[in-house]
Amino acid sequence: MAISLNKMNQPQDVVYEQFEDLAQQQETYVIGMWAFLVTEVMFFGVMFMSYVVYRWKYQPYFYALHQELDWRIGGINTFILLLSSFSVALAVHFHQKKKKMQTLACLGFTNLCALAFLVIKMLFEYIPKWNHGHYPGPGFTWDNPNIPGNIAQLWYSLYFGTTGLHGLHVLIGIILFSVLMFMIAVDHPAITDYLPTEMLGLYWHFVDIVWIFLYPLYYLMPK
Amino acid sequence: MTTQVATEEKNYLQEGHTLASWLLTKDHKRIAVLYLISVSFFFLVGSIAAMMVRLELTSPRGVLMSNETYNKAFTAHGAVMIFFFLLVAIPAVFGNFLIPIMIGARDLAFPRLNLLSWYFYMAGGTMFLIAMMSGGVDAGWTFYTPLSSIYSNGQITLALVAAFVSGFSSIFTGVNFIATIHKMRAPGMTWWRLPLYVWSHYAASLIIILGTPVVAITLLLVVFERVAKIGIFSPELGGDPVLFQHMFWFYSHPAVYIMVLPGMAVISEVMACFSRNKVFGYKFVALSSLGIAALGFIVWGHHMFVSSQSMYQGIVFSFTSFLVAVPSAIKVFNWSLTMYKGSVWLASPMIYALGFIGLFTVGGLTGLYLASTGTDVHVTATYFVVAHFHYVMVGGTLLAFLAALHFWWPKMFGVLYPEAIAKWNALLVFIGFNLTFLPQFVVGYLGMPRRYHYYYFAPEFQVYHVMSTLGASALAISLITPAFYLTYSLFKGPKAPPNPWAAKGLEWEACASPPIKHNFHGVPVVVGDVYDYDAEAEERALRGLPPKETH
Amino acid sequence: MNFPFAPEQASNFAVEYDTLFYIITAFTVLTTLFVFLLCLGLIIKYKRGSGKPEDRSNPMHHNTIIELSSSGGFLVIGLGIFFWGAKMYLEMRQPPENAMEINVIGKRWMWHAQHDNGVRENNELHVPVGTPVKLTMISQDVIHSFYIPQFRVQYMVVPGRYTQMWFTPTKPGKYNLFCAMHCGTQHSEMGGYVYALEPSEFAKWKESGGDRFRPKPEMPAAAGKQLYEDFMCGSCHTEQDNKRAPSLYGLFGRQRQFTDGSSMVADRDYIRQSLLAPEGKITKGYESMMQPYSFTEEQILELIEYIKTLGTPAAPAAPVTAAQNAGEQR
Repeated sequence: MAISLNKMNQPQDVVYEQFEDLAQQQETYVIGMWAFLVTEVMFFGVMFMSYVVYRWKYQPYFYALHQELDWRIGGINTFILLLSSFSVALAVHFHQKKKKMQTLACLGFTNLCALAFLVIKMLFEYIPKWNHGHYPGPGFTWDNPNIPGNIAQLWYSLYFGTTGLHGLHVLIGIILFSVLMFMIAVDHPAITDYLPTEMLGLYWHFVDIVWIFLYPLYYLMPK
Repeated sequence: MTTQVATEEKNYLQEGHTLASWLLTKDHKRIAVLYLISVSFFFLVGSIAAMMVRLELTSPRGVLMSNETYNKAFTAHGAVMIFFFLLVAIPAVFGNFLIPIMIGARDLAFPRLNLLSWYFYMAGGTMFLIAMMSGGVDAGWTFYTPLSSIYSNGQITLALVAAFVSGFSSIFTGVNFIATIHKMRAPGMTWWRLPLYVWSHYAASLIIILGTPVVAITLLLVVFERVAKIGIFSPELGGDPVLFQHMFWFYSHPAVYIMVLPGMAVISEVMACFSRNKVFGYKFVALSSLGIAALGFIVWGHHMFVSSQSMYQGIVFSFTSFLVAVPSAIKVFNWSLTMYKGSVWLASPMIYALGFIGLFTVGGLTGLYLASTGTDVHVTATYFVVAHFHYVMVGGTLLAFLAALHFWWPKMFGVLYPEAIAKWNALLVFIGFNLTFLPQFVVGYLGMPRRYHYYYFAPEFQVYHVMSTLGASALAISLITPAFYLTYSLFKGPKAPPNPWAAKGLEWEACASPPIKHNFHGVPVVVGDVYDYDAEAEERALRGLPPKETH
Repeated sequence: MNFPFAPEQASNFAVEYDTLFYIITAFTVLTTLFVFLLCLGLIIKYKRGSGKPEDRSNPMHHNTIIELSSSGGFLVIGLGIFFWGAKMYLEMRQPPENAMEINVIGKRWMWHAQHDNGVRENNELHVPVGTPVKLTMISQDVIHSFYIPQFRVQYMVVPGRYTQMWFTPTKPGKYNLFCAMHCGTQHSEMGGYVYALEPSEFAKWKESGGDRFRPKPEMPAAAGKQLYEDFMCGSCHTEQDNKRAPSLYGLFGRQRQFTDGSSMVADRDYIRQSLLAPEGKITKGYESMMQPYSFTEEQILELIEYIKTLGTPAAPAAPVTAAQNAGEQR
């Protein structure tokens, strides 16, 4: 994520030497961000593809294994992420109107949601599963005789791999939002317009959309 | 579109002489030079491994090394050449240097990202070298599971992480090129005035950003499988080893086009300049690059005709593979026809480019054997395939790299190299290459599997291996020679004028040799068409005839 | 020193394969020659300083007809090759019904073949001339590839699933057997020879297994029966369907309906999966009761051979219940 960090630190009122004017610079940044999001889609694409293949191959086991997850916790997290997406959209709106306090409030709320998402995920999902030995690797323990241990482990590999990659993106989002909020709060010269907020917003919507696909696949399908 | 160039001005090479001024530079040209030095180093590493392999194969029982060392040698050759030379050589060196200049920009869109990509590349490369020296990697550059994930010993984890890291370097470059080409073209530089060089790099960048993440995460999954024994690809854990092949080739087939499209980019420029003609069928060539990029993503299954995918799947992939042959064929015909009514100047870059056309034609046509399901069965995974992709990769990308090096060397460093040696050397590359790889087609058809250390079951293969090694020696000599005369020219070579080839294009007409820090004085405004050469007028001038009257 | 240019033609595929191969070669050579002569001609005619300057007047920079006709012509020839290749490939991928079956297990770094009468051989394969031979292959560790150049056949041997290939040897002789997929340290030595014998000689060889096995090896089906009894499979899978488990009589090749609504033909892969991970495919009308077993690849092949002796749907070794028949037809 060094990219976005780099970009935000750049004083935007100075048009960078390679650009003609501010408009060109902004358009270029947005194109760059979209190109980067395309690569992100392909990253997650691999995880989804693996899921589809094994879901197909081990349909009944995967149905049974979905019961390992509580759809309510996933649902709460979905709701939280949707809220955060809404508030980040508001933040962009307020930033365009140059309302600093409202922007900060919306960004702060987004960050709070993101944090809540991770805390819920840790407390109610990752840690209990870890304690039961339900984590892929040599220490994997499995006592349900109806499901072969290797398939359970495969399922957990996919679960931890995909949600872990997503969680990593949420974590990076939290860090970036915090930096952005700090910079807006101290009127850092790099923040001259709403573009950093919008780019980060794009990123955050992408993170949300990934979860919107993850949630039904892992939590809701057997219902 | 000519700008007067002030002679006393500092060029980009003179802007600071400290190490820090190079290692922390944001100038795309300096980053290109950093890349040039590093890819040359990795090319040397890969070549040494190749020579070890070739020498060992002269005897059916091998005498120089053990099985394991041999496996490590060919893995090092394949992985270094692909991940650290072919994939980066032309885009990161010449793409970096030329794309901003060709479209009339002062730099790439994201200069820091550009520098970061070099550091990622070096980090990946260094990790791979450490992996090679601290135990080696013997799984082949394709890293097929479960051999790579469970069974093979050695530093595979580190090697995979190295490939993963250098993948990011590719992605950064791709994102940079796309944003730059979309938004930073100079006034008047419309899409249909873009040099074909830029078109090809644009197509390659699209493949990079769509494909590289897939292989990056796939290799990471292999790392997890190796380290933590989580199983996505290993059958013991319920996984499917063939899934790895699908995901690997989903990137690695298009990756062939990442390697060869920039090569085609170079050839278009060189053919136009040294034929004094507009590239024949400009729009067809431009669109065929995009066509290759698009079709390239739906042909990956042709690597897997015998890998237990469904036979109908195989036939579909075979069909799409025949489709992708068409845009490549278009390019070859168009390059040849560019010489029609031109004024052909057989300078060293042109000889390399003509060599490219010849070798790429053979490489492409031998692809037909492999794209056709039935004929692929016998020769897949034999030396036939080895010969085929060396014709495309070495005959294609490496020759294009050498053509680019000779074409833009005066522009990059402001010096001229001894042209006579360069010409003869170009011929030697072509001959040495054919001597090396033509026999491999035959030995492949006879049934010599690739990655074989011993072949004492079939001693009749030996004669072809000896021929191939002899050719490889000639090739090696012809690849070392440029290193000497080009280095020599840096110190003793005559100073180059801004446009030694009298070529068209912003980099030649509006830019000093070497260029100044921001390439141009002011913003170049493009008014004319691309490649507006006039062969007839040049020929008249050559003979001292007056310019032709226009009606 | 001799310069062989083509491997021997020793199977039913070889002649057709070579015909197509040489046609593509002719096309390749002609096209390369065409491009070469085109370039050479253009260079000679339009070399700098040669000819008259006026030769260059009115240059042609594009010609849609040339573009379309050359790419169209190329595509048509390509599609011709495609269809012929695909026809050959389909033939290679579909073994005839009456083929002689041999099981092959690949492991690092040897080939292990099992004939139906229990004769086994390592890094060698004896086959009769004139009879279609079908290999059912599986790997015990990494991916290998079973390759006989003189037969023009190759297919990968993958862990976790059965793959197959077939050929009819047409010429007696000794041919190369290679592993064509990199499989680790001794990859290049994982190979040996294929012996194509005249039918009478082959029968004699098969009887004795080349006189290398004493005592005479056990039939795979008999070994499978032993396993079946040792693991008490019969306590649930009785001759008739019962509440706990369906009968295995007449199973092989039967269309099975599963609880999740899917269905498939009960083939080797299905039986293998049902042993290792039974819940994946529970026959319709039954509950999931069977636990997963871990057998070696050899044991699984033996069990499959035994289950095959219990008959096919057309000719089960014991009467099938009416309920079972009804279940299949639904």
